[in-house]
Amino acid sequence: MKITFIAADGTETAVDAAEGESIMRAAVRNDVDGIIGECGGSMMCATCHCYVDEAWADATGQQEDGESDLLDCAASEVRPTSRLSCQIRMSAELEGVVIHLPESQL
Amino acid sequence: MQRIVIIGTGQGGQQAATSLRQEGFAGEILMIGDEPGLPYQRPPLSKAYMASGDADALLLKPAAFYERSSIILRDGTRAARIDRTAQEVETEDGARHGYDHLILATGARNFRPPLPNLDAPGVAELRTLADAESIRRRLAHTRHAVVVGGGFIGLEFAAMARAANVSVTVIEAAPRLMARAVSPQMSDLFLKLHWSMGTEILLGTMAAAVMTDADGNAAGITLADGREVAGDLVLIATGVRPNVELAAEAGLTCRNGIVVDGSLLTDDPAISALGDVAAFPGPLGRHVRLESVQAAVDHARHIARRLMRPAPQPYASVPWFWSDQGKHKLQIAGLATDADDCIVLPQPTGEPVILLFKEGCLAAVETINAPAIHMSARRLIATPSAVLAACDYDLRQAAKTAAPVAH
Ligand SMILES: Cc1cc2nc3c(=O)[nH]c(=O)nc-3n(C[C@H](O)[C@H](O)[C@H](O)COP(=O)(O)OP(=O)(O)OC[C@H]3O[C@@H](n4cnc5c(N)ncnc54)[C@H](O)[C@@H]3O)c2cc1C
Ligand code: FES
Repeated sequence: MKITFIAADGTETAVDAAEGESIMRAAVRNDVDGIIGECGGSMMCATCHCYVDEAWADATGQQEDGESDLLDCAASEVRPTSRLSCQIRMSAELEGVVIHLPESQL
Repeated sequence: MQRIVIIGTGQGGQQAATSLRQEGFAGEILMIGDEPGLPYQRPPLSKAYMASGDADALLLKPAAFYERSSIILRDGTRAARIDRTAQEVETEDGARHGYDHLILATGARNFRPPLPNLDAPGVAELRTLADAESIRRRLAHTRHAVVVGGGFIGLEFAAMARAANVSVTVIEAAPRLMARAVSPQMSDLFLKLHWSMGTEILLGTMAAAVMTDADGNAAGITLADGREVAGDLVLIATGVRPNVELAAEAGLTCRNGIVVDGSLLTDDPAISALGDVAAFPGPLGRHVRLESVQAAVDHARHIARRLMRPAPQPYASVPWFWSDQGKHKLQIAGLATDADDCIVLPQPTGEPVILLFKEGCLAAVETINAPAIHMSARRLIATPSAVLAACDYDLRQAAKTAAPVAH
């Protein structure tokens, strides 16, 4: 399954992800700069902050419990489209999803 | 500075290499580690990995990262000696590697208690991917697991084993669980949670020997009072010891870890130490050694910044930690040890929040499945208790309004 990451400077990187894999994991595995994932997806660090492209907001679904409080601690501006990428798992509806990366995670 | 050598390819060593590049270090980075393969994260070994068996999901970075960042990774290679005069590390193959700065990230190894038959086949420990692979293979055929040690790793394993329908007995010498790291109130909560998972827990109980069957394989644990706890898998989870030998032999001060100052430098200004192996000045002025991802990663970032920028602040990150035991995520902000006061705040839903104080200031907050309160707590450590009392201990509110505390 394809995910396209768009960095803050506009650089696009397309990667292959497996069904069920989190977007954070797919980014780290494919060496995408801009997603850190320090806690390995345990909802403990907010270094996997991303902005889901408007067109995909419905498909990625709602924030998990506690996600918004963690996002409060994120290093970059929090927007309505902000999510923790470790909490979004790839599924058929997300084939081709577009994810924007924040300026920084620390 | 031309050449930085990092000994240890765990989470701290890996982060040091990554942060050095992020801070703009353009010289050579050599990582030397005795484990085979790419650096990986340990926390999932006792959690998700036990269920999934997906080792690739543990990698901190893919192979391509090391190539593109020109980080040389010597895996499966032990550093044997540090020659501080020549500023060289000698690896076990006899090669010598010069350094302008050396970062010791040698971590810790499992403590092996002096029990008879500890080397019997069937006795397991859990620190490395290799350990986890072997336990995972065996778990499928295990009926009863006996865990020696009721700390984080023993209890995380117990919860995983219960989820896989293996019956479990945990043997703990102390009168309560996780006694080194959490409050008595939290120990008690987790005792009940593990009971509800169907785990048998023997507190205040000493293991005396590993029992063996006719073939010499581990068959359980004999207790100090002579009772026997039979089981086909014995896990020893009795804490760790820092890997200080290299540093000690090179004449660096070691006392429960490699002793470093507030900037994480050892006695030798050309050598830093971080993570599980480093004893650093803690929040109460005493040296502490933390076994956590937070310490490994924040130490590494601090060292990289200090090497690349002049006159940084001393290291002062707030410690935090988590442990997943079944469906219960325990989160700790701050340090729960030596608190002198405690407030238990019942929650409308879920488990209570525990606030720990030291000398009138917030020292730690323990929560279960409450990420929002945990995140607020991280910003409030060292806040005077009066400030928190003034807002009825509503930490989320306090974090928004309280003046930021200088750390
Ligand atoms: C099963 C398990 C679960 C955990 N769960 C959590 C958790 O939920 N939350 C949390 O915060 N922390 C957790 N931890 C702790 C966390 O993983 C450690 O604190 C962290 O890995 C420390 O990183 P480090 O780089 O200091 O040391 P390590 O990860 O121990 O790395 C040190 C490396 O150096 C190598 N080494 C040692 N001596 C030499 C030598 N002479 N030459 C070459 N290499 C050498 C070692 O073999 C090792 O590979 C867990 C640990 C384990 C084992
Ligand atoms: S990876 Fe840490 S919160 Fe997502």
